[in-house]
Amino acid sequence: MRAAVVVFPGSNCDRDLAVAFRDAGCQVEMVWHKDTALPDNVDIVGIPGGFSFGDYLRCGAIAANSPICAEVKAHAERGGFVLGICNGFQILTETGLLPGALLRNAGLKYICRTVPLIVGTSDSVYTSGYTVGQEIGVPIAHHDGNYTASDEVVSRLAAEDRIAFRYGDNPNGATADIAGILSENRRVLGMMPHPERAADEKHGGTDGKAMFSGIASALAAA
Amino acid sequence: MKARVHVMLKDGVLDPQGEAVRHALGSLGFDGVEKVRQGKVIELDVADGTTEDTVREMCEKLLANTVIESYQIEMS
Repeated sequence: MRAAVVVFPGSNCDRDLAVAFRDAGCQVEMVWHKDTALPDNVDIVGIPGGFSFGDYLRCGAIAANSPICAEVKAHAERGGFVLGICNGFQILTETGLLPGALLRNAGLKYICRTVPLIVGTSDSVYTSGYTVGQEIGVPIAHHDGNYTASDEVVSRLAAEDRIAFRYGDNPNGATADIAGILSENRRVLGMMPHPERAADEKHGGTDGKAMFSGIASALAAA
Repeated sequence: MKARVHVMLKDGVLDPQGEAVRHALGSLGFDGVEKVRQGKVIELDVADGTTEDTVREMCEKLLANTVIESYQIEMS
């Protein structure tokens, strides 16, 4: 299966994400933000963490309007898979592919540590390797990870089983402890924690690995 | 000509930065500040004849995230 990882000026988790995809058996191509097409037959697009465009204006706002993002949007609208991590999640909310927005952390501090996550659903290619209610440890590293959405949106996410991960011990004030959400067709996942930083023994934890192996086996079978 | 865009978090959206400013004012001895909301002002030098509608489009597409923010435009 084929993955593309988008690189913006200021991305800093792009290579880690590519390594995690590759280790799971994917063929990976990097795509520059000015590119106007994704590689042919791409199954999944990864939008990495970092500080695209220096977080100017709002985190992810300028990246969301870059040429490649129009292609990512079209890919998602055709039913393609998109995984946005950290800044990638912020970008996906800015494009409108996922509902809600990420505000400054409630405690105003940048937080960089491994946090407990509770798996909310196993019904997606991203979470099929986990069981509902399972606690995993995944690092977060963000200043603006405080997920917010209207009550209506949050109840809909819950009712449709689209809350992929919740924080075990909410570090940033996120509404309903939300750490990651799925799109309506369950093919777009945005999450603040970094599974690609918990995908190798040398990272100090491998709880994120099941996400990449789950993606690889689901998409290889498709 | 100039367009000035004021972007504010919508009412009801928690503003932790405004709240921190409120606390700081309190610790400086300014009593009675009940609420602080922090926003931003974006000034644009635009071509003569640019309409407020065009600036509104800029706000909707980029300058504000209308999920959480509201905006006001002043043309001068």
